[in-house]
Amino acid sequence: MNKQHPHISVQDLAMAYGDYVLMRDLTFTINRGDVFIIMGGSGCGKSTMMAILVGLKKPAKGRVLYNDVDFWGTSHEIRDTIIRRAGVMYQSGALWSSMTLAENIALPLETYTNLSPSRIREVVELKLALVGMAGFEEFYPAEISGGMQKRAGIARAMALDPEVLFFDEPSAGLDPISACHLDDLILELRESLGTTMVVVTHELASIFAIGNNSVFLDVSQRTMSATGDPKLLLHDTHNPELHRFLTRGAKS
Amino acid sequence: MTTRGELCIDTPSGELLQVILIGDWLLDTSLPSIDQIQHAVKEKPEVQTIILDARKVTNWDSGLLTFLLKLHTFCTDKNINLDAGNLPQGALRLLKLASTVPVKKDARQKEKPISFLTHVGDEAVDFFQSSGELLAFIGDALVAFIRLLQGKAQFRRSDLSLLMESSGAAALPIVTLICFLVGLILAFIGAIQLQLFGAQIFVADLVGIAMVRLMGAIMTGIVMAGRTGGAFAAQLGTMQVNQEIDALKTLGISPMEFLVLPRMLALALMMPLLCLYANVMGILGGMVVGVWMLDIGFIQYFNETAKSVYLRNLGIGLFSGTVFGIIVALAGCMRGMQCGRSASAVGDAATSAVVTAIVGIIVTTAIITIICNVLGI
Repeated sequence: MNKQHPHISVQDLAMAYGDYVLMRDLTFTINRGDVFIIMGGSGCGKSTMMAILVGLKKPAKGRVLYNDVDFWGTSHEIRDTIIRRAGVMYQSGALWSSMTLAENIALPLETYTNLSPSRIREVVELKLALVGMAGFEEFYPAEISGGMQKRAGIARAMALDPEVLFFDEPSAGLDPISACHLDDLILELRESLGTTMVVVTHELASIFAIGNNSVFLDVSQRTMSATGDPKLLLHDTHNPELHRFLTRGAKS
Repeated sequence: MTTRGELCIDTPSGELLQVILIGDWLLDTSLPSIDQIQHAVKEKPEVQTIILDARKVTNWDSGLLTFLLKLHTFCTDKNINLDAGNLPQGALRLLKLASTVPVKKDARQKEKPISFLTHVGDEAVDFFQSSGELLAFIGDALVAFIRLLQGKAQFRRSDLSLLMESSGAAALPIVTLICFLVGLILAFIGAIQLQLFGAQIFVADLVGIAMVRLMGAIMTGIVMAGRTGGAFAAQLGTMQVNQEIDALKTLGISPMEFLVLPRMLALALMMPLLCLYANVMGILGGMVVGVWMLDIGFIQYFNETAKSVYLRNLGIGLFSGTVFGIIVALAGCMRGMQCGRSASAVGDAATSAVVTAIVGIIVTTAIITIICNVLGI
C-alpha cells in the first residue's frame, strides 16, 4: 500500500451558509489508507465539511478531488458513482427506522449488486458480526441502544466494501469503554481492509488513538490552522489555539 | 427582612460617579434599570469612573447579574472605568465569566426593523420561490414516474404494499363514516325543498349525482389529506431530522424514487377504489333517509339512482379521485422533504401538507368542474 498516494484532496475550499462564511482557504490532502481526523471546536464546521465531502452540500468555493476527479465540478451521475464507493456513518446512526437492521444493510446490496437473496443474507450477517452485533438482524433501530445503532450504522456503511469510510462523531454520546471499542474497530477495519477513514471528532482520546493525519479547523481564524499527524502537531505546533485544543485547554 | 432592590447615585467629585446598590436584587422583583446611570452620565460627560458599592445588597441572583452585565457593556462602550471592587465574590466571578468572551458580532441573527414594502417584497419573492420549488418537485416526481415505467426505479415492493394497506384498507372506517353521513345530509337538505313540490323521489337523483360525480371524491380526498398526507409529511420529516434521507442520498439512492414514488403510487391506486366505496356509502346514506323518512320504496330508490347516474359521472368522480390522491401524496411528500431539522419543523411540515393538499383539492375541483362545463359533460 502506497501511503503517500492521495485519495481525496481539498483545494482552496470555502463553506458558507448564505452570507455567513464558516471556513475559507481550506487545502489539505487525505492519503489512501489514512485515518484522517477533521477536528475543531464546536460549531467550527466539521460536520459541514463532511457534508461537502460526501456530496450533501455544495461548497461555496474551491474543489474537492477524489482520485483527481473534481467531485463538485463533474456531472451528477459521476458524483453518484464516486459516492457509491464511500460509506458514511452518521452521528445518530441514521438507520432507516422502518426497516430491520438486516434490511438496512441489505438495501445498498440489493440496489447495486446482483447477489442472490441468500448471498445478501450472508453478507449482512458478516457485516453485523464484524461490528460485534451478530444475531441482531431482525431488530428494528428503535429497539437497540444508541451505541449499537452507531455500530449498525458502520455495518451499513461497510455494506458495499467502500474505499473510504466517513464517520461523523463516532464516539459522541458513548460511554468511555464503548467509545474505545469503536476506536479499536475503526483501526481494525483500516488494518484489515486498507480502507481510508475520515473521522469527524473532537474527542481527544480518539484523535490520538486512531489518527495518523488530520486537519484542524480554527473557529477564531475561520480557516484551517494546521494539518498533519495529531501526535506530531501536539509537539510541534506554535499555534496557541491548536495547542489548547490538543491539551484540553492547558496554557502553552 | 427583605427590601426591594434600589439604587442611589452619588457624585463625590467631577470625574467620579458612585452607584450604591441596596436591598434584594432578585429577578422576580421589580429592579431599577440602568437608564438612571446612563442619564447621570449624560448630564455629567466628564465622568471617568463609576464605583459600584454593593455592600448593602442583601440577596442577589441573575437579576443583579443582568444589571451588571448591561452596566459593564455600557461602560466599555463609553470608555468609562468600572470599579466593582466590593461586589459579592460570586457575582464578581460570574460577571467576569460573562464578559470575558466577546460577543460574536456576526453570529447573532440580525434583527433589522423591516418596512412594510420590504415585507411585501419578501413575501412575493418567497411566493415565487416556493412556486418554483413546487414545480421542481412535480418535475422530479414525474422523472421518477418515467423511470418507473422504464423499470429503472429503485424502491421496495414491500414498502408499496404496506403503504397501500395503510392508505387504502386502513382508511375504510373513516371513509365509511364520513361519506355515509354526507349522503345522509345531502338527502336531508334536498328533501326539505323537494317535499314542497311532492318530488321526494328526486332525492335519489340528487344524492346519486352529487356523491358519484363530486362529493365522494372530495370527501375522500379531504379525509386522505388529513389522514395520510399529514402522516407522509411527518414520516419524511422525521427521516430528514434523523439524517435517514441523507443516508439514502450518500448511497446514491434517490429519495424521490425510494420514498416519494411508492407513496404517490399507493395513493393514486387506492384513491379510485376508496372513491368507489365512498360513492356506495353516500348513496346508502341517502337511501336511509329516502326509505325511512320520505317513504320511497327501496327498489324505487335504487332504480331512480341507477337511472340518473350516468357512467360519465362515475368517470369524472374516479378521475378526480385519482388526481386528488396524487395531490395529497405530492403535498405530503414535498413538505416532508422540505422539512427542517427540528421537532417543530416536523409539526409545521404536517400542518402545511394538510393545508396544501386541501387547497389543491378545492382548486382542482373548480378547474375540473369548469372544464367539464365547457366540454358539456
